[in-house]
Amino acid sequence: MSPAAANNDPWRSFSVRVQRVVAEAPGIATYDIAFRDPVAAAAYRFLPGQFNMLYVPGVGESAISISSDPSVPSCLRHTIHAIGGVTQAIAEGGVGMSLGLRGPFGSSWPVEKCLEDREEKPDVVIVAGGIGLAPLRSTIYALCRQRDRVGRIVVMVGARSSEGLLFQNEYAGWRTQGIEMQTTVDRATEGWQGNVGVVTTILNRWRIDRPQSTVLMSCGPEVMMRYVVQSALQRGILASNIWLSLERHMNCAVGLCGHCQLGPEFLCKDGPILAYPRVARWLKVQAF
Amino acid sequence: MQDSNAPAGAVFFEKAVLDRLIKTLRESGYCVVGPKVEQNAIIYNELESADELPIGWSDTQEPGVYRLRRNDREDYFAYNVGPHSWKQFLFPARVMVSSADRTEDGWRMDVPDEPLRKYAFLGVRACELRAIAIQDRVFMGGAYIDPIYQQRRQAALIIAVNCTQAAKTCFCTSMNSGPKCSEGFDLALTEIATGFEVEVGSDAGAAVLAKLPHRPMDSSESSLAGIARSRAVAQISKHLETDNIRDLLLSNLEHPRWDQVAERCLSCANCTMVCPTCFCSTVSEVTDLQGDHVERHRTWDSCFNQDFSYMASGTVRNDRRSRYRQWLTHKLASWYDQFDTSGCVGCGRCITWCPVGIDLTEEVTAMRRDPCENRVLPILQPIEAKVCSIARKNPT
Repeated sequence: MSPAAANNDPWRSFSVRVQRVVAEAPGIATYDIAFRDPVAAAAYRFLPGQFNMLYVPGVGESAISISSDPSVPSCLRHTIHAIGGVTQAIAEGGVGMSLGLRGPFGSSWPVEKCLEDREEKPDVVIVAGGIGLAPLRSTIYALCRQRDRVGRIVVMVGARSSEGLLFQNEYAGWRTQGIEMQTTVDRATEGWQGNVGVVTTILNRWRIDRPQSTVLMSCGPEVMMRYVVQSALQRGILASNIWLSLERHMNCAVGLCGHCQLGPEFLCKDGPILAYPRVARWLKVQAF
Repeated sequence: MQDSNAPAGAVFFEKAVLDRLIKTLRESGYCVVGPKVEQNAIIYNELESADELPIGWSDTQEPGVYRLRRNDREDYFAYNVGPHSWKQFLFPARVMVSSADRTEDGWRMDVPDEPLRKYAFLGVRACELRAIAIQDRVFMGGAYIDPIYQQRRQAALIIAVNCTQAAKTCFCTSMNSGPKCSEGFDLALTEIATGFEVEVGSDAGAAVLAKLPHRPMDSSESSLAGIARSRAVAQISKHLETDNIRDLLLSNLEHPRWDQVAERCLSCANCTMVCPTCFCSTVSEVTDLQGDHVERHRTWDSCFNQDFSYMASGTVRNDRRSRYRQWLTHKLASWYDQFDTSGCVGCGRCITWCPVGIDLTEEVTAMRRDPCENRVLPILQPIEAKVCSIARKNPT
């Protein structure tokens, strides 16, 4: 325990403001957040996959993944689905809204770890479902910044329908970075000419050259990730190279309130991103 | 015969000194909290004098039963732990954690600058010392420290009392937490007919003792104190076998016993409210009428509440079976992974205060007697899982 952390009240929120809102999909938008206090702004850093607690006084807090580039912490973006009280209030508030922010919290995608540990460049497979692409976008940015240290990068994105595919205007740019982009939808709407079916249908057939040197990162509905794990294991990807971002009710974000437990893990501080072997046993139990 | 557990250097003070102790502590700026009879139970509340202590009161406890009764002794501490625990002072059931005020320039956020709360706890039992030590790990032992708990805890003075009787629901001997107080106190008392044997546990305790009239114990007093402590050990009849308990429970997550206990459990959360180590909480927004001043109040929560595991995508633990299983496996199993200790101290409160008398020691015993290693569900297939859950409800 560092003295700095000891002096740090985990309940203290920074005062922030929504600077810009970009609609992404029905009910989903990306919010640029700016700190009021320049000192806090200058000190703020985050790792890909971490989340903040965004606070609307009088309504409450919500755990929201950071969807922007960790190398540019001054441009702090959250991609939010307005589905609960807090997220709807943020959506209604729009540009200029004053919010509280605590964070960043939680574990991160193992970008550095998977680049460091190997003699040969790892291949990275990213599998996202719906809004699960938001925390993974941070990782895509981080990987692109070290593109020469990574082998193949495959991004597989699934959504219910084409309008739910997030960040579509970035896909072309990612392709120019050599990222193999694959999208699929559960239901084809008029004009959709791409894949139809769950995202694992892509994972089941896409070329994986070196399964032993492939790292898979996935975020999406838990049921989707269970199938992703099953498929990845069948493709020969090592269980220890499968990383999942898991969700439970995050209330305090610092492991003190008990809500986010999955077996022995406090997903707010031990997670949300964990290697599959650490949680495999608990994911097999219904309603655990 | 000298009690083998007799503390080295123990001293004696007479019963009348207890009142001096309370007044001395109050004069030193402590809020003295101790046992009192209120609402037909022995609860913990602020004390001004020793007259308020539950002199001559005992209790009868069984699964789902708590009754006060008069005893034939004029003792101050002839009772066993009641529905309260010291957790309510160190980890208040409701406390403000932050506030926000609307200004022309947006919300101004703050955390409360609380006045120092200096508690002296009088009558802390051995199992409760263990409970405090466990909550110390929860709130102060990790990467994030709870400032509210820390401030109260660091200022607290603990005057423990060794149990000289046990309830039918007590099983501290199984959890190695009592009944004798071994660590974590400033002073520890053992009550005998004429007064108290006093053991010093810290410099702060010695400083308090120095202000009170006391003398060395004589050998007959030592012997009586030892006999009194032995009486508590002898009266403990409940046992929880803890050998390999973590793996036992986590290997039996689909045991039919969970269905049976769910048939009885009301999901009322009493067990978690009276448990001295349960630490779950939630935060609610409290606003003034204009909505310009907002406070965030942290209140105790319980894994038995249905919305405890609520997420926008659904509720994880939607039935009593999964909620009881969460509570028991956390308390007795995954707590070891998280805090390197059991979450149970053997105080028996959850047994006494369960309205239907569920006894966690019986639940563990049943699974130990007839283990049913996890029927591992095929990794996915929610459909198959559904079939299993239907099969459980309609055994053929």
